[in-house]
Amino acid sequence: MTQILMPALSPTMEEGKLAKWNVKEGDTVKPGDVLAEIETDKATMEFEAVDAGRVAKILVPEGSEGVKVNTPIAELRQEGEESDAPPARVPATETKSIKQGAGPRPVEMHKPVPVRTPEKAVDRAAALPEEIPSGAEFVTMTVRDALRDALAEEMRRDDTVFLMGEEVAQYQGAYKVSQGLLEEFGDRRVIDTPITEQGFAGLGVGAAFGGLRPIIEFMTFNFAMQAIDQLVNSAAKTLYMSGGQMGCPIVFRGPNGPAARVAAQHSQDYSSWYAHVPGLKVVSPYFAADAKGLLKAAVRDPNPVIFLENEIVYGRSFPVPKLDDFVLPIGKARVIREGSGVTLVAHSISVGLIMDAAEELAKEGIEAELIDLRTLRPLDAETVIRSVKKTNRVVTVEQGWPVCSIGSEIAALVADEAFDYLDAPPSRVTGKDVPMPYAANLEKLALPSIADVVSAAKRVCYR
Amino acid sequence: MARAEATAAANPEAEFPASGRAVDSATAERQKKFYHDMLLIRRFEEKAGQLYGMGLIGGFCHLYIGQEAVVVGMQATLEPKDQVITTYRDHGHMLAAGMDPSGVMAELTGRSSGYSKGKGGSMHMFSREKNFFGGHGIVGANVPIGTGLAFANRYLRNGAVCITYFGDGAANQGQVFESFNMAALWKLPVVYVIENNQYAMGTAIRRSTAEVELFKRGSADDIPGEPVDGMDVEKVYEAGRKAVQWTREGKGPYVLEMKTYRYRGHSMSDPAKYRTREEVQQMREKHDPIDTFGARLVRNGVMRDDELKAVDREIRQTINHAAEFATDSPEPSPDELYTDVLK
Repeated sequence: MTQILMPALSPTMEEGKLAKWNVKEGDTVKPGDVLAEIETDKATMEFEAVDAGRVAKILVPEGSEGVKVNTPIAELRQEGEESDAPPARVPATETKSIKQGAGPRPVEMHKPVPVRTPEKAVDRAAALPEEIPSGAEFVTMTVRDALRDALAEEMRRDDTVFLMGEEVAQYQGAYKVSQGLLEEFGDRRVIDTPITEQGFAGLGVGAAFGGLRPIIEFMTFNFAMQAIDQLVNSAAKTLYMSGGQMGCPIVFRGPNGPAARVAAQHSQDYSSWYAHVPGLKVVSPYFAADAKGLLKAAVRDPNPVIFLENEIVYGRSFPVPKLDDFVLPIGKARVIREGSGVTLVAHSISVGLIMDAAEELAKEGIEAELIDLRTLRPLDAETVIRSVKKTNRVVTVEQGWPVCSIGSEIAALVADEAFDYLDAPPSRVTGKDVPMPYAANLEKLALPSIADVVSAAKRVCYR
Repeated sequence: MARAEATAAANPEAEFPASGRAVDSATAERQKKFYHDMLLIRRFEEKAGQLYGMGLIGGFCHLYIGQEAVVVGMQATLEPKDQVITTYRDHGHMLAAGMDPSGVMAELTGRSSGYSKGKGGSMHMFSREKNFFGGHGIVGANVPIGTGLAFANRYLRNGAVCITYFGDGAANQGQVFESFNMAALWKLPVVYVIENNQYAMGTAIRRSTAEVELFKRGSADDIPGEPVDGMDVEKVYEAGRKAVQWTREGKGPYVLEMKTYRYRGHSMSDPAKYRTREEVQQMREKHDPIDTFGARLVRNGVMRDDELKAVDREIRQTINHAAEFATDSPEPSPDELYTDVLK
């Protein structure tokens, strides 16, 4: 007997939905037969048999959601096998993406995809910007869907807004952020590009000069390195070089920072690279409400905005206000937890880390104040300084490298503006100063952990 | 005009098919404007070279002398709504687009009355009003941007086309090929004008380029291309008209390779050791776009010799005024350091 296990279909997949069984108990299958369709938050994939045999038992019924990777989902009896042989566990069988020929999967727009709340209940207040009017209703949705809704709302509002990038249209987005947009807006406004980052980034800049409001998606920001000249030299500087005549209203967006197990060239945090450049705005939210409100603001901004998302955060769910037009101001950090013991500052996925660390620290009697930067340029120095003057201690947390990091900038800022208030030197928790390794254990060591944050916080508290 | 006549005499009659032919008044007016605009660029650049030598212009300054026929001929094919974008040898493009010589010169001297308030300099100037989109300092980077302007034209269905100029050096940049692919794929209204002046800075084209017939560069994407004598403004105009009409009709991009020549160095600081004095002299004497065209106008009875001289006098006055304006204007206020970073 062979056990068939729930397959991992992407580097970051932990669970998925067993959408459909294409076989039933008693069916005979041969290698290549489609056994089932598995739906992840990114895609729906067909799942094929590797071995020939008879389907002895289906262990997980179709329609089951949140099936963990490596859960046994069926048993296969191979030819000549004793019926009572102990089952052997086989890893994921081959999968392939559903062919385009089968027609695009029907997409439910505007309806939040039902998602399981993360393991740890998210503090509702923490996840919501204070800009939300009281009495607003909320819906829980993933960061991915919040971003998609922001794109759709801005495209409905303004015909000059268009989305361009690799796989944004027919494929529905490499990370499914643009799901359903092609159906609603058509191929004039949702445009698949060739894999030529420098070319389409520059084309976007020209389109912005020509009166449009382009949203250029990089499949990940690792690939934007091919195009960084256009972002810095063309998008960021032309307003200045033209004495104010030109202006470049454009959004460059996509996932930034390490994903999981994709090694050095696909795991890098570019926050400080772009935050360095005058003429750019740089936004990097964590919560779904911030992602939505800030992306809408980015599209409306008359300047080039680098919008740094995070692949792992796409699938996290948070409350988002049900408001017709929810736009947040760029350039404002947010205190997501008040405390007096130490200030922890982070952005993007590291916000989740400082929230976890704060719980640990609370157990040891240290009440941390948590700041989600949300925007990296212009940096909201005021919010950080105000907090440090209160707590007298600061730890910055990010996944980027330590040298010339966001943390370096904050440490310098705090030294400049709140030196007399400090009871301990500012401390930086960052990714390690190495290219990202592939091996799971080394990768874990290369990234900041809860323990790293807790230890740094205790150090600045002299505990 | 002794020099022009001598030049004409030195050339075989076959090079001047228009010789002796009577022209209609519209053609005559166009030809007079060609002569005026080319000479305006020439005198402007000569003056810029002088001011550079006097230390009034700093940094990089790339003169267009020798290549004037290209932008003047191309500009005449455009409608006011059409856009122009180029790299950094851009003074000629700005003057051809109708930008004020005083404003351009004042930008070269880094003054507040320059087109970019003194913050852009020679390589970075723009005019929304004249649809001139720069002036870009990075070799080849303007090509995707010009393609994007064409993308916006198609998106907005405004009927405009974008002329995207670049040099033989930029033609080898990867982003040029990326742009060609997208322009052909989406049938964008863009004419790529390759100004092949034979030298990418100091590297002769044969030393940098496997296939030197650059008009073929779009052929892999099925983009039509043709070589043009870029020293003859009328040939430029005829080829340009055909290419602009092609792309305006929605047939997609077009490549024109303008065979041209720059007399001066790559920039003001170029000792030009990579070519002989004789080579430059030969081009100036036999193929100068202004002298040969002036001689043709005289021969065809479009303008008299004294009329050509009068045009020159008037232009010199304009240029002298521009130089005075550019040297008398104040430098930008220190407050300008922090303006125009963000809108």
